[in-house]
Amino acid sequence: MAKAIGQALKRKEDPRLITGRAKYLDDIQLPGMVYAAVLRSPYAHAKINSIDASEAESLPGVVGVFTGKDFADLNPLPCAWQAGGVNNNANTPRTLEIDKVTFTGAGVAVVVAESRYIAEDALALIHVDYEVLPVVVDAKKATEPGAPQLHENAPNNICMEWSCGDEAATDKALAEADVVIKQSLRNQRLIPTPMEPRGAIGIYSPVAEDYTVYMTSQAPHVMRLLMTAFVFGMPENKLRCISPQVGGGFGTKIFLYPEYCMVAAVSKKLGGLPVKWMETRRENYIATTHGRDHVTEFEVAAKNDGTITGLKVDTYANLGGVLSTIAPGIPTTLYGRLLSGVYKFPNIYCHVYGTYTNTGMVDAYRGAGRPEASFLVERAIDLVAQKLNMDPSEVRRVNFIPPDAFPYAPASNILNGLKYDSGEYEGALNKALELVDYKNLRQEQAAAREAGRLMGIGFSSYVEICGVAPSAWIGLPGEGWGAGLWESANVRVHLTGKVVVTTGSQSHGQGLETTMAQVAADMLGVEVDDVRVEHSDTLGTPFGYGTYGSRSAAVGTVAIHNSVQKIIEKAKKIGAHMLEAAPEDVTFEDGKVFVKGSPDKAKTIQEVALAAAVAYDLPPGTEPFLDDTTYYDPPNCTYPFGTHICVVEIDKDTGHVAIKRYLAVDDVGKKINPLIVDGQLHGGIVQGAGQALWETAVYDDNGQLISGSLTDYALPKAHWLPMIETDSTETPSPVNPLGIKGAGEAGTIASAQAVVNAVVDALAPYGITHLDMPLTSQKVWEAIHSSGNGR
Amino acid sequence: MAEITVTVNGKSYTRDVEPRLLLVHFIRDVLGLTGTNIGCETSVCGACTILMDGQAVKSCTQLAVQADGSSVTTIEGLASNGDLHPVQEGFWEKHGLQCGYCTPGMIMASVDLLQSNANPTEDEIRHGLEGNLCRCTGYHNIVKAVQYAAEKMQGGN
Repeated sequence: MAKAIGQALKRKEDPRLITGRAKYLDDIQLPGMVYAAVLRSPYAHAKINSIDASEAESLPGVVGVFTGKDFADLNPLPCAWQAGGVNNNANTPRTLEIDKVTFTGAGVAVVVAESRYIAEDALALIHVDYEVLPVVVDAKKATEPGAPQLHENAPNNICMEWSCGDEAATDKALAEADVVIKQSLRNQRLIPTPMEPRGAIGIYSPVAEDYTVYMTSQAPHVMRLLMTAFVFGMPENKLRCISPQVGGGFGTKIFLYPEYCMVAAVSKKLGGLPVKWMETRRENYIATTHGRDHVTEFEVAAKNDGTITGLKVDTYANLGGVLSTIAPGIPTTLYGRLLSGVYKFPNIYCHVYGTYTNTGMVDAYRGAGRPEASFLVERAIDLVAQKLNMDPSEVRRVNFIPPDAFPYAPASNILNGLKYDSGEYEGALNKALELVDYKNLRQEQAAAREAGRLMGIGFSSYVEICGVAPSAWIGLPGEGWGAGLWESANVRVHLTGKVVVTTGSQSHGQGLETTMAQVAADMLGVEVDDVRVEHSDTLGTPFGYGTYGSRSAAVGTVAIHNSVQKIIEKAKKIGAHMLEAAPEDVTFEDGKVFVKGSPDKAKTIQEVALAAAVAYDLPPGTEPFLDDTTYYDPPNCTYPFGTHICVVEIDKDTGHVAIKRYLAVDDVGKKINPLIVDGQLHGGIVQGAGQALWETAVYDDNGQLISGSLTDYALPKAHWLPMIETDSTETPSPVNPLGIKGAGEAGTIASAQAVVNAVVDALAPYGITHLDMPLTSQKVWEAIHSSGNGR
Repeated sequence: MAEITVTVNGKSYTRDVEPRLLLVHFIRDVLGLTGTNIGCETSVCGACTILMDGQAVKSCTQLAVQADGSSVTTIEGLASNGDLHPVQEGFWEKHGLQCGYCTPGMIMASVDLLQSNANPTEDEIRHGLEGNLCRCTGYHNIVKAVQYAAEKMQGGN
């Protein structure tokens, strides 16, 4: 059969999805099920004096009402990734808050009723006596004298102070540079918005004294660990976690949330009734994690020829009212350590305050820290280009890390011992310039300017840290991650020759059931349809860390590769026995074991699997069955890269920005399925473009989320966008045997700055050098008209 | 309670419902047809789009009682005799879905679009689907899926 790796195959998971047969969490109905609705604080900062639920309890159909005091025996949720090497003044949510709330949307009570409608009705009958406290919502203002204090253990609302790089050397570079540009910027808060909100179903068994929790999770095994060992204080094997079909996550579904604990605890209180909680979109916006939200000042130093000599960054990262599961790790490890970008900056320093504010929790959102870093670096490059009157592509070119410098350790040890694996950055830039026909485009721009039209061309040359991560690097002694970050796989070739693969990864839109099957099928020489990939249930799959950080191809699939390789070795041994040959004389190709040079007399993998399973006649000392489990800990992260070019046109009279072209040349290493890789890039690019032009989460001074619904939050729509031009270069990663770099977050990490740089380029005639996202019509119009050059 | 009779995917159902029951909850919870998804409560996302008397409507902003006497088609009723509708086929062929959550609504909206415009331009497809949100695909392959279906329904391919 044809090689399966590299084929643009249609997805195996699609038939159930396009016919409405997939079972998402809310589609699961169980006998006796009751429905929970959570009462959430309308105040951003308040003490809870008392809660009177008696009226709600007496509403017909209400099964029970519970408040935080009912779950006082449960520990607060853990913060599993605290910033490495520094003190973290951690404060985390409880299953329901007891004494105080620090953001609108914090859960304070839950109603369980015979229907969701009755549960919602009853919420209005709960009376909470709040003592309202003063509010701060801005990451930097929270640290200033006189700001309201959120937590006793976090003076000045500082959760942690972290830095990386070499401050003294960077200061020296700034002092000695030909030019230094100082810029402040905001990387605004975003609401990730997977189309499926979160939900959970808890089922307690009074007989077995154990729990089953269905949850919309990207990492069910990790949820089991965190819920049992940290929140409930019970044996891990007393909980089974299942992620059913999950409708997107973009990071938000990595984390342990109060409601997942709540449904389990409530089911126990109700003697084992299945309890379902399903989030509304409004709840999703106030109570599920947000992303980004940095207030930053940076200085970039350069020589007159465009060579950058230093980058110094000072960031206030908003972490929200309490910490989500891995919040402090995002603006530290995943941000500061990527500030060299694709460039040989000789001196880098980054200082970060992670701060508490009276806003919703902020945690990983697609890219998670890396888009913020990449945005800053690419804005810095353009500022230098503008200052020195150089072409932005040339400033990139003179600063690129050259291909012969790999493996490359970014300067000032900002990557803390790791090295970029491989890269051909100029190759991607050149290809993008050629495809976009850069020379002509600049001529077109000049002509447009002559005609009084505003056209802009924006670049983004990016690298990302993918395939997270070597456990010894990211773990507690290094970067503060409270566990390992390897991935598991189990591969079995059953008696009938059909293959079952289990993975600790979790597919929630990535198409892993297809790509992982392609790898196993390719290596075993069987049909892709003969491989079934199972995941997302802690029953029947080995522990795994789940899907995020663009790790399921570069780590999860490599675990499968390694197991298949071991199965092939065993198949060769059994096959040799069947062929009455010496094991060292046989080879395995295209699904067959044969004596080297005699492919005509071969045993197929199916024949070998049957022999291995029935075990009537195996070589002495051979265990039955073709079955192997791998725990693959990557020796390094992987580093995809590329260059994106965006072309915009701005309507002078309205400030409206239209993306005319978006061209992406990405290098994700070897591709398993180009159709799926392109799809990941399209979606990622549009999420970054959404940040650049439209999306922003806005809290008012009282801590109310003004953009709290889909009518107020500008999620990109079909008619706002052009078709996206994608192309690629291929530089295999030497980190893993498949040469994969990963593709899940690349688009988002690359795109916001390509769009913003294009807009700033278009507005250059007005002397504009920077605008903070989102670049709405109003903001652009105001910038034109306050520039002194506007009409 | 109010008695309503609704034909869903060719089968007639008579049920007593609360007057406030949303049509999408009638379809999902009363009839057990869970292919139609709920993504918001403001009628913006379009995940709950169905066909009511042949026209695309967002079933989260209709009451079940408003559907009394109507004929409804949901995603479960789109394929006939096991053959996928060309729009379903287009979404599969062109990788027009990732997480799949917006997909039933997106497919139903696309069916409606192609009923009123058999040969839409890219721009017409994008505008036709502006009431349906997708967070995974950037809409690129959704546009291609609808183009595929349009061609197929006109006898091409």
